[in-house]
Amino acid sequence: MAEILYKIALFLVLLSTGGFILFIIRQDKKFFRWSYKILFMGFIFHTLFLVHQYYALGTAPVISLKSTLSFFSWCIVGVYLFYQIRFGLMVLGSFVTPLASILMIISIAIPGVEYTIKPILKSAWLIIHVGTVFIGDALFVITFAAAIMYLIQEHHIKTKTRGSFYTRLPSLETLDSINHHSLMYGFPFLTLGMISGAIYAQYALGSYWRWDPKEVWSLITWLAYAVLLHERLAVGWRGRRAALMSIVCFCILLFTFLVGSLWLSDYHSFDNLEGLIR
Amino acid sequence: MTVRIVNIGMNHESAPVELRECMANNRESSSLALSCMRESEWIKEGLFLSTCNRVEAIYTTDYPEEARKTILSMLSMLGNISEERFMPNIYIYEDSEALKHVFRVASSLDSMVVGEPQILGQIKEAYHQAAGVEKTTGVILNRLMHRAFHVAKRVKTETGISEAAVSISYAAVELAKKIYYSLEGKKVLLVGAGEMAELAARHLMGNGIESLIVANRSFDKAVQIADLFRGKAVFFEEIETYLLEVDIVVTSTSSMDFVIPYDMVRNSLRKRRNHPLFFIDIAVPRDVDPRVNRLENVYLYDIDDLKKVVNENTAQRKEEAIKAERIVQEEVIRFEKWLKTLDVVPTITALKDKIESIRKSEIEKSLPALGDLTPSQIRAIDSLTESLIGKIMNDPIVVLKGKADGRSRDIYLDVTRKLFSLDKDDKNA
Repeated sequence: MAEILYKIALFLVLLSTGGFILFIIRQDKKFFRWSYKILFMGFIFHTLFLVHQYYALGTAPVISLKSTLSFFSWCIVGVYLFYQIRFGLMVLGSFVTPLASILMIISIAIPGVEYTIKPILKSAWLIIHVGTVFIGDALFVITFAAAIMYLIQEHHIKTKTRGSFYTRLPSLETLDSINHHSLMYGFPFLTLGMISGAIYAQYALGSYWRWDPKEVWSLITWLAYAVLLHERLAVGWRGRRAALMSIVCFCILLFTFLVGSLWLSDYHSFDNLEGLIR
Repeated sequence: MTVRIVNIGMNHESAPVELRECMANNRESSSLALSCMRESEWIKEGLFLSTCNRVEAIYTTDYPEEARKTILSMLSMLGNISEERFMPNIYIYEDSEALKHVFRVASSLDSMVVGEPQILGQIKEAYHQAAGVEKTTGVILNRLMHRAFHVAKRVKTETGISEAAVSISYAAVELAKKIYYSLEGKKVLLVGAGEMAELAARHLMGNGIESLIVANRSFDKAVQIADLFRGKAVFFEEIETYLLEVDIVVTSTSSMDFVIPYDMVRNSLRKRRNHPLFFIDIAVPRDVDPRVNRLENVYLYDIDDLKKVVNENTAQRKEEAIKAERIVQEEVIRFEKWLKTLDVVPTITALKDKIESIRKSEIEKSLPALGDLTPSQIRAIDSLTESLIGKIMNDPIVVLKGKADGRSRDIYLDVTRKLFSLDKDDKNA
């Protein structure tokens, strides 16, 4: 059942990714309209899959790399759909959906392991911690995509080359404000995620901060984004500098997620999580 | 004999501006032209279009020679010049060539700036004057003009011809829209008050710019321009101050040195909190130090850059123009097909066919309900229905045939075709 739901969701997201890529090449709004509808359907199926998993596991399906990637991808699509409804920036989909697709494919490629779950993971705090962190991360994906688009567009305007992206991308002001907006919302989510993580650790492990490498790297990520936000709000950074900085921040974030989750970390790593579960 | 559609005119390519000016483009001259066409016994329907780039007389006639003379003498009277003087600058199109020309004009393929949107409005106005006020159009021109509007719409939606900018100020506005989300609420500083600057300002204002500030060496001229756009005139020395609050700067002075040096822009950036600043430098020699383009959030386009944009757009437009010509050709063929139906014979045939097919299908439907009939009874039903439609159709057909050469023929045919809906295949016409 779960597998079928996930496969349908994956199929729909892949289909809409193809549509979004066709849209940016052909610039025909018909492609966008269909891709958007299909992505919405895919999101619904993915949501059903996650709900099903939640009831099957008795806790949020975020405790293995497989399920976490799927959850992250769900967050990215959800945040994108929100931005589409709020700002109607059609071309954003062509940048964001490929990432969501890749994450979903990696997730399905990782073999699933049967495990029983210790009561420590059956906590509402886990949902709050992981949920807020990943919504924040998904918003930072938007920040990152907008920054890339900004740099491409700015390059075209500055060098007066007007390449193929020139007509396809929106104005610099639009891209900068998407970058700003997603940063403004992503940061509080990340902050909440870290606070709830500390509370969860205090409640589950007896101490709120254990110098776990992932915790340290998360703090570094948080600080990097804090600096970016500060420069934007207080110093008046915008445009190119802000775009470059948000790309650097996103690289730190990726490092934290991948390296931290996979082998550096103590109890945050999935290997150990599974050890915790078995 | 079929009616001829003729188009006599001159445009920006065939005639110099001095000549086009003579045919003054005001309402009186076109109403004069229209009444002249109405009075003429050679001209059945007429339409007169006159803009600053073209003069066109479109009419239908059964007597092409006489009608042409009438129109030429009318043009000569309007412009108050002898026919010999403008004959070399005139083109005369007939039938399918005329249809094609009208469609091309309406879809802005014949304009000086191909794809510019004003021409359609001007044609609509000319048509309104001819059809609504002077009542000089009839079945054919009414349909022709509606088709022309339809063609223009198709060309606009199906080709990219009206998208790309071709003039310098269009190009500047297009670029500004890639920097700013919208030009609404943005401020423009005009440095220098030449004709080009005025043109650019007009364009920017047309795209929603909120306010305009004009700085010029001669303050008088600055005030003049500022008044024109309800802007504000400032001294030349104040440029640095106003650089802090504007978004777009258009420079066009005849100064030999840079009017806006690198340091002036760099120093303003921090105070502007890095808000983007777009320089459009249309002066030769240049007014803005080219190095400012290297500054963050500052974009500088000089006249050569803008020309490059224009050229690229022109090339792109040529491709789209081919598509547009195809649409025009398609519609010309369709219109000619319709014109042919205005001969009485095809209409009568179509009418007979339609009634006959109704008769046949009704008999087929009724026969089973009538039970077992002998062959002679079936024959009786056949001849009854045949003579019934024959009697009903007799009078209309006689009337149509009688009108074959009359002035009102087209109206009768058109009404007949509409009453019996004989033109099923093009409902959208």
